[in-house]
Amino acid sequence: MAENTYLIRGAAILGGAAEDLLISAGVIVERGTGAATHSAAAGATVIEAAGLVALPGMVDVHTHLREPGREDAETVETGTRAAALGGFTAVHAMANSNPVADTAGVVEQVHSLGRAAGWVDVRPVGAVTVGLAGEQLAELGAMADSRAQVRMFSDDGICVHDPVLMRRALEYVKAFDGVVAQHAQEPRLTAGAQMNEGAVSAVLGLAGWPAVAEESIIARDVLLAQHVDSRLHVCHVSTAGSVEIIRWAKARGINVTAEVTPHHLLLTDDLVRSYDPVYKVNPPLRTDADVQALRAGLADGTIDVVGTDHAPHPSEHKECEWAQAAMGMTGLETALSVVQATMIETGLMGWDDFARVTSIAPAVIGRVADQGRPLEAGEPANLILVDPAARWTVDPHKMATMGRNSPFKGKELPGAVVATFFRGHPTVLDGKLNAPYRYPAYQETTGAAGAVSGN
Amino acid sequence: MKHLLSTEDLSAVDAIRILDTAEEMSAVGDREVKKLPALRGRTVVNLFFEDSTRTRISFEAAAKRLSADVINFAAKGSSVSKGESLKDTAQTLAAMGADAVVIRHWASGAPYRLAATDWIDAAVINAGDGTHEHPTQALLDAFTMRRHWSQLHGTASTGVDLRGMRVAIAGDVLHSRVARSNVWLLRTLGADVTLVAPPTLLPVGVEHWPCKVSYNLDETLAAGVDAMMMLRVQGERMNASFFPSTREYSRRWGFDDARLRALDDLGLKDTIIMHPGPMNRGLEISSAAADSPRSTVLAQVRNGVSVRMAALYLLLSGDSREAATTNAANQPSKESH
Repeated sequence: MAENTYLIRGAAILGGAAEDLLISAGVIVERGTGAATHSAAAGATVIEAAGLVALPGMVDVHTHLREPGREDAETVETGTRAAALGGFTAVHAMANSNPVADTAGVVEQVHSLGRAAGWVDVRPVGAVTVGLAGEQLAELGAMADSRAQVRMFSDDGICVHDPVLMRRALEYVKAFDGVVAQHAQEPRLTAGAQMNEGAVSAVLGLAGWPAVAEESIIARDVLLAQHVDSRLHVCHVSTAGSVEIIRWAKARGINVTAEVTPHHLLLTDDLVRSYDPVYKVNPPLRTDADVQALRAGLADGTIDVVGTDHAPHPSEHKECEWAQAAMGMTGLETALSVVQATMIETGLMGWDDFARVTSIAPAVIGRVADQGRPLEAGEPANLILVDPAARWTVDPHKMATMGRNSPFKGKELPGAVVATFFRGHPTVLDGKLNAPYRYPAYQETTGAAGAVSGN
Repeated sequence: MKHLLSTEDLSAVDAIRILDTAEEMSAVGDREVKKLPALRGRTVVNLFFEDSTRTRISFEAAAKRLSADVINFAAKGSSVSKGESLKDTAQTLAAMGADAVVIRHWASGAPYRLAATDWIDAAVINAGDGTHEHPTQALLDAFTMRRHWSQLHGTASTGVDLRGMRVAIAGDVLHSRVARSNVWLLRTLGADVTLVAPPTLLPVGVEHWPCKVSYNLDETLAAGVDAMMMLRVQGERMNASFFPSTREYSRRWGFDDARLRALDDLGLKDTIIMHPGPMNRGLEISSAAADSPRSTVLAQVRNGVSVRMAALYLLLSGDSREAATTNAANQPSKESH
């Protein structure tokens, strides 16, 4: 049997007509009628994919892997297993670890942990400011030049609220084609904030988180990006007003991209009436009008990508009073299903659009060269097979992530990832973890990976 | 009724049942031996994460008059120093066999967590949670208003609601659990409610509440008010720019001597002045108003014990079948068994 050779039979590529794909040695060798008869197909492992959709592997621009520092919440190993099961072939690991990913040393550590795990490409995000403190630029150039090749910088979790610092960061990253991913949250307007400010917060007596706190920062930042002619990415857009501002900015030719999370496409602040902290997240769940505006913005391209903001927490950080609880939700293993439910089954998008917002555009924003590519001969074989007819009920205890804080617990969702190919290797087969990819010339010690392999 | 968490989801039937039971309980307080054997052998825990001597001793007196065993648990737990978690505290109380937990907490929704989780199976009474609700305060306020209202009309005070009564609530609505609980309960009982506050101390979203909103106390009084409830205002709020100074607050929104005289000039001879306490004399209420014959401040305290006896009795005595049936017939979606 030819090793690392897979013949995928009859998959609907980007939801189109059924075609064959031949994968060998990490690349797509042939697509279409010639695949089965190609000389490399002899002895290939055949995967019957009738009824399945083939898509480029998903690229998450916004993942919290928690390592180093909070290995009780998640490790690179467990987080990337969850990513592979969720249909991802690359994730951007946010910088708010402990120590913060604000030096070349930390981003290289995360990068090498990702390579040792071998489930997906782990692309570290560098902090914009030292210690996420918002006072002094971190060594952005050193992180860009490191083995981790950082291109995305973010203080995510905290807003770069000082306008001068934000301006400088936007200017500085131009030197190495970087992008600043802003967590848009005006800190003074959100001191002590617990949930979206509106009809529900008024009744529940929880301190309000006004939409204007997000929108005012986005408005400022798009103008700064225009002024210094740089590249801005807006993390987890959550309000209808933010969509309007980004639409306006794009019409003016400003180089801004934006992301929405799956949970903001589906859930509203009505859920907070339960006071169950599984619904506590930053930015907060908003109203149904916001959800509809976000869906429309994603469909018309105002919002470029879906980012999970996967944020696992140990159970004790959620089994408490709302005000005490940590903010964040898991999302890697439910993203595809939630986007299918909210965007495809509603008729707002097709699978080709799905590929654009979950793979192609995220890879461009993160400057990930071999991801988000067309499913054509000669391209790297980062792809997934999805069963759109599947239905499943979310059970956080059956997930690969260590976080049990899924807001979709108990919900029935459509769509299931059947297989994930990362660099031509099946990390997921039959909807189950298969085996990690092993880099050919990988010489680094596997000690770190061995220590964290437990799930 | 398994728990008493809020007045927002309290049906009219249950509300009137609690008020009527409180009338019966108040008779016990007039006796020489102020005690009933109803809850003998039952354990009531006062779980206070926030200091409130008034509310605690009111619940303590209520439970003791019903012969329950009372345990006071002052739990240290602020947003700064966490201490033992709510979960561990609740499980500890469950292991000790608490039948009811009266919880006071600085965090909105904490009583909901106790009621919704499997940490503890006891009946939960919300004794004030953050800026959310304080249902027994609203019930004792409604009890006080109902007695006044029925006395005026020469009718019995049991079995009736507050239809036609005009109630104004003035002060820091934004941070007030008392205001929220009163708005929902008074709506359920049919009263007309007007909130009076500076715009900074009203929550965004108040426009959806079942009440009128005014920025002008004098206009509200001139339009006619049967019960004027003043809310406590913390002077420190001026440091966060909610109002410019305590003097300006007092002039515009305080119930001062001039407004006390205005009630007479307006011919509102039967209007009562209410305050949940503790009062800031000279800020939201003048001493003359607080001590006038119109003031119901001490009656509210007295009625608080009766209302809390009623709540404990109805939740713990197992005598809830009738209410459950009526409740299910009227409001199936609010059934909480």
